[in-house]
Amino acid sequence: MIHVKFFASVRERVGSAKMQLACPPGGFTVEEVLTMVEGQAGTELHDAHLLAALNQQHVPLTALVKDEDEVAFFPPVTGG
Amino acid sequence: MIVKVQKEDFDASAACAEMATVSGAGALVTFVGTVRDYSDASDILSMEIEHYPGMTEKELERVSMQAAKAYDIIDSLIIHRYGLLQPQDNIVLVAVWSRHRAAAFDACRFLIDVLKSSAPFWKKEITPQGSRWVTDCPGCRAGSREGHRHSVPSAHPDQRLHSS
Repeated sequence: MIHVKFFASVRERVGSAKMQLACPPGGFTVEEVLTMVEGQAGTELHDAHLLAALNQQHVPLTALVKDEDEVAFFPPVTGG
Repeated sequence: MIVKVQKEDFDASAACAEMATVSGAGALVTFVGTVRDYSDASDILSMEIEHYPGMTEKELERVSMQAAKAYDIIDSLIIHRYGLLQPQDNIVLVAVWSRHRAAAFDACRFLIDVLKSSAPFWKKEITPQGSRWVTDCPGCRAGSREGHRHSVPSAHPDQRLHSS
């Protein structure tokens, strides 16, 4: 399984803080995970400012995801 | 190099005093970020800070390591709060110890600037008109030395510019 987490405005748009997706043998890209999430949540999340993390590190949407990975989607950070 | 992510408030002086074992330091530079009471022409009643447990600590440790490599510093401390905060409450403390002041000033600024653009925290402002997520501000991210505009209610004419 792929463990997907959502934060801040993205969490509110999805309507949930997390989701699990079955992982195909060849794995996914982060962008493909996002497309699957959009299908399940029934909402569009792609936008120029969306950020992603893979196993708690910032990654581009082209990064490869494998079984048991943790993927997160969130808006630009605003800490400090 | 210490990183803390916590709900509880902090006392900057006490937190730095707890690092008293820092030896060889001739300079200590601190930055404390606090909750503003205005934004985008609206008063702020309170602020909720969300974070990504696990990744937050890793990112703060990563930027602390970057600072230790890039600057001639002896030690650093970052405390960042999450949860429900009120105007004027402390949000973040960055403290840097070094042999000489220049490295401490530079590393402290580096740490606050980098964590603002990489550590996974998100602020939600609660205003009289409702709540809204704070969006990424290019001026805040750049840390403009001259300050930059956030719309300010007329009740706060002395706060038209800020540079935090």
